[in-house]
Amino acid sequence: MVSRAGVDEIRAILDGVRDPEMPALSITDLGIVREIRQEDDTVVVALTPTYSGCPATRVIQDDVVRALHENGIESVRVEVRLAPAWSTDWLTPRGRERLREFGIAPPSGIVDGPVVVSVACPRCGSFATRERSHFGSTPCKALYRCDVCLEPFEYVKPH
Amino acid sequence: MRDSARIEYVLRFGDGALVLAQRLCAWVAHAPVMEEDVAVANVSLDLFGQARMWLSYAGELEGAGRDEDRLAFHRDAREFHNVLLVERPNGDFADTTVRGYFYDLWASLALSELAGSHDERIAAIAQKSRKENAYHLRRSQDWIVRLGDGTQESHARVTRAVDELWRYTGELFIGDDVDAVAVGDGFGFAPEALREPWLERVRATFAQATLDVPPDTWMQRGGKQGVHTEDLGYLLAEMQVLPRSMPEAVW
Repeated sequence: MVSRAGVDEIRAILDGVRDPEMPALSITDLGIVREIRQEDDTVVVALTPTYSGCPATRVIQDDVVRALHENGIESVRVEVRLAPAWSTDWLTPRGRERLREFGIAPPSGIVDGPVVVSVACPRCGSFATRERSHFGSTPCKALYRCDVCLEPFEYVKPH
Repeated sequence: MRDSARIEYVLRFGDGALVLAQRLCAWVAHAPVMEEDVAVANVSLDLFGQARMWLSYAGELEGAGRDEDRLAFHRDAREFHNVLLVERPNGDFADTTVRGYFYDLWASLALSELAGSHDERIAAIAQKSRKENAYHLRRSQDWIVRLGDGTQESHARVTRAVDELWRYTGELFIGDDVDAVAVGDGFGFAPEALREPWLERVRATFAQATLDVPPDTWMQRGGKQGVHTEDLGYLLAEMQVLPRSMPEAVW
């Protein structure tokens, strides 16, 4: 086991690893760091993919190893954990706020809750928004447009 | 036999996702509108990701040192176990939409069954894939309604696509020895059990889309066992040419 202080230190380092597609978010905000533990001299970080085909997954794995190396942790292994499947419910409140500030609407509601039809515009806050496409520039997003400020924006789909 | 049945079972799902992903990526930059171009690329990417999870598990089960790339790029058509439906050519947007809808609907039912598999890895892959599939199905079902209940032209095209592709849907619900082992050992489901729920959904969606459900007919089969239509060979030739001609190439 890594000591409590050790885990906190590693988590703080991982706080600095950004999602390459949504650089406003750290991977801890994204909720994909599932476990940090030590096996002998090796630090093992368990990550879960957001979407199974997301090209950012591999980049993130490499970035985790690099960030820990840069902080003097030599022996690192990244483990991919499929279950339980990632959910946008794991986005932290800070992550949601950062997304909004970045101009991306965070997911509305929770995955197993009732379907939320209204998505707030991340720029002006209006709920008068319309979906233009279920899919966006990355697997996790949909395309929306605000009817009030007329700006297009991306929305992280509940998943 | 039991181990080889499990490997083949996993390959069926992996090859299905892989072949459909490869078909769909041919639409990129050719879709009718920008949003669809983006959507089809996303669906394709999800399916490639799913294929990767299935094929890497199949490679591990086999234990012969073949990883997912080896399995994807260095097998011939007779060694692919996808259902025939997914290898049907893209045709026009109606053909692609109908093929996608039939598959997505079946996959939503199949993955729900597999999510409860006694094989933890199969269950994990299915639970992950199922969430992605829900978005695929939502889109393809919306398009069936829009095209069916759209213009005379779109209605005619989607009707023609349904009539053409219907004969490839039977195979989704026909079990064989491999399925029997999957049911017996608790890692899979009986395909026959999905037929009625699938048909029920198709009837409801088609009613909304003002489309007729085709009558019972003779069904094509063989893909699961490795007996494919000619079209799969061309698809594989294109998909596999680079790693086959330069097997040592790395990114």
